[in-house]
Amino acid sequence: MSDYSRRDLLRNVALAVVSTEAINAQDGRHVHEMAAAHGTAKSGSYQPKALTAHQYATLERLTDLIIPPEGKSPGAAAAGAAAWIDMLSSENERLADIYTGGLTWLDHAMQARSERNFVDASPAEQTALLDLIAYRKNDSPDLGPGIRFFDWARRMTVDAFYTSKIGIEDLDYRGNTAMAKYEVPVEAIQYALRRSG
Amino acid sequence: MPQVMRSSPVHDVVVIGSGAGGGTVTKVLADLGVSVLLMEAGPMFNPAKDIKEHMWPYQVPHRGVGPHGEGYFGRSPFTFSASFGGSQLDGEPYAVAPGSEFSWFRSRILGGRTNHYGRFSLRFADYDFKPHSRDGLGWDWPISYEDISPYYDKAETFIGVVGTKEGIRSAPDGIFQPPAAPKVHDILTKKACDKLGIPCIPMRSAIITRPTNGRAPCHYCGQCGRACMTASNYASSYVQIFPAMKTGRVKVITNAMARELLTDGGGKVNAVSYVDKNTRSEQQVRCRTVVLAASACESARLLLNSKSPRHSAGLANSSGVVGRYLTDTVGTGLSGHIPALEGLPHYNSDGYGIHMYVPWWLWEKQKDIGFPRGYHIELGGGFGMPAIGSFQSTCQRHEGYGLALKKTIREEYGTGVGFSGRGEMIPNEKSYCEIDAQTVDRWGIPVLRFHWEWSEHELKQAEHQVRTFAEIIHAMGGTVTGGRRGGSEAAGTSGRQVISRSGAIVHEVGAVRMGDDPKTSVLNRYCQAHDVKNLFVADGGPFVSNPDKNPTLTIIALAWRTAEYLAEEMRKGNV
Repeated sequence: MSDYSRRDLLRNVALAVVSTEAINAQDGRHVHEMAAAHGTAKSGSYQPKALTAHQYATLERLTDLIIPPEGKSPGAAAAGAAAWIDMLSSENERLADIYTGGLTWLDHAMQARSERNFVDASPAEQTALLDLIAYRKNDSPDLGPGIRFFDWARRMTVDAFYTSKIGIEDLDYRGNTAMAKYEVPVEAIQYALRRSG
Repeated sequence: MPQVMRSSPVHDVVVIGSGAGGGTVTKVLADLGVSVLLMEAGPMFNPAKDIKEHMWPYQVPHRGVGPHGEGYFGRSPFTFSASFGGSQLDGEPYAVAPGSEFSWFRSRILGGRTNHYGRFSLRFADYDFKPHSRDGLGWDWPISYEDISPYYDKAETFIGVVGTKEGIRSAPDGIFQPPAAPKVHDILTKKACDKLGIPCIPMRSAIITRPTNGRAPCHYCGQCGRACMTASNYASSYVQIFPAMKTGRVKVITNAMARELLTDGGGKVNAVSYVDKNTRSEQQVRCRTVVLAASACESARLLLNSKSPRHSAGLANSSGVVGRYLTDTVGTGLSGHIPALEGLPHYNSDGYGIHMYVPWWLWEKQKDIGFPRGYHIELGGGFGMPAIGSFQSTCQRHEGYGLALKKTIREEYGTGVGFSGRGEMIPNEKSYCEIDAQTVDRWGIPVLRFHWEWSEHELKQAEHQVRTFAEIIHAMGGTVTGGRRGGSEAAGTSGRQVISRSGAIVHEVGAVRMGDDPKTSVLNRYCQAHDVKNLFVADGGPFVSNPDKNPTLTIIALAWRTAEYLAEEMRKGNV
């Protein structure tokens, strides 16, 4: 939603609040301010708190391989996925262990294959390793730790991307707005009915 | 036992707990000119900071997974809602007996769980009040549908409920405001249900679509769980208690954790002892009457902890029934992928959450289906606001990564449907709570210990629920993508594998049940304690059974009736 329409929405909501006796008029404004104060995560300027600079660079690359940029659609790195995961890891030792352990595993696995750390390997080498650990069917004593770590990284990268402004726009979510009347487009109904047999 | 302080003022009515029951009693009594002291164990509800509506996930640092990422480790991420609680509260533990499961969701805030609950508002059917007469199981209520129907009318008129008149016996019609239109997945689901002979009708929800008592109509943002800036849904805080406070007859004490009810020589309650959480000091308020509305289990706990030589098993417990016959709802969930929804033009599907549901339809065929009692089905789907976990099922089913995963997520968004079954559990001897004498909470109050056992009735019903959902998904031309048990995938399709963890549906009622026989019930037909004439209970505690209807509307209707009775008894000088 554009800033204008968001302001518009909040003003409308605030007006509605004024018209009720149950809630005082400051409430809508407060939510507006609270929302503005949080802002959005900025990628690039983030200083990692739980991970080392090397681990963080590895994670950022990994998240961008999981949800990559494509044309006008940015990827997970631009959406700040690594920053969000590092922030939560700095508050939660179990998460920190999962990521420090998993990222180190990635480096060891890449060293064994190409004598380079994961982040320094070629894109082809990186995806060759991910092609192994992105699927449960490849589970083995050798790959097990990587598969379980990748499951965490994929889950949290997807969560981070699609709860970001970029990801929500990528999905073309149309809601979180005020409507005077709830209407479902006739063409959407007809489309689904036609296809449902 | 603490001594009652003689010098403090005596309140006409002290209400303990401010959720649906306490909020209703407070509103009704204040309207009738009665002064009320309302006690709440949590803080005041502050709309300015407690309503999370219209925020985007990226405006919350943890995006809704909860501080410290706790949602990734089994602790429910309710922090992006207006719940102010959960099944684990710091310093307020409870025990679960070996071999049992129980999850006890508590919200410590003015308005309690009504600030965030689902708002489904379903009247019990006439036969729901006489279950034992119908199939020989459980117990009948001391009241009938005719007794409570006028109070359903009052409750629906005041709080505002959307719905349509359908003439279905299992789902009695009420006084409804016009509902919002069905969403696309609702229309496809109804089409499939029509083929299967299953009714599919607009959900009855405590949402207003017309201006009501100074409250603005719904603006369809779908975020009712975060409380509502325009008070367009029901929460006892902003719909009942704030207006009641303006009458000047209501005083609210917050952060007041009730410890014990104190009695006089005649056995009547004359004071409530509580812990002021702010100062951690023991306080008392004197009262002429007291209404417990602390939630079924907290009210039972308070009675069991109110021991004296005269009431050695706890107050109002000469029957030994306090804490007994605790029930929750039988819950299951199943998701499906619907190819007909692939490529659907995107639209704003938020609305007010669930717009359509399936009321119980086999009440005349119970003998043929192999289990007693019924369930209703809540329909999910649409292009919801992306949230933590929205695409976990997609990731688990497709695995992989990269552009393929990104494309799959984009294509699957909005093509899923979800069905949640909510059914009746029959009270049994093995499901109850009692005081765990070994443990006190941080306020020094002995805690509850829960015992639980689902019977075959519930397990068979749960299997039937999941089978029905799969039939609907198949009739829609779709495929089943997974069952849910709590926050994780169900391991299979047997009753034990699909049924909700006890307490998890947060419909725990009973434990202080009503009845005509003082030997087998705690309260009379007006929710007044058989043993203690100036003690009433107005939460889910009085429920004799827990039909396939979410309990809140009936808590409100019953509390309304109790409050009117109490006011009349006070006027007559009987209490």
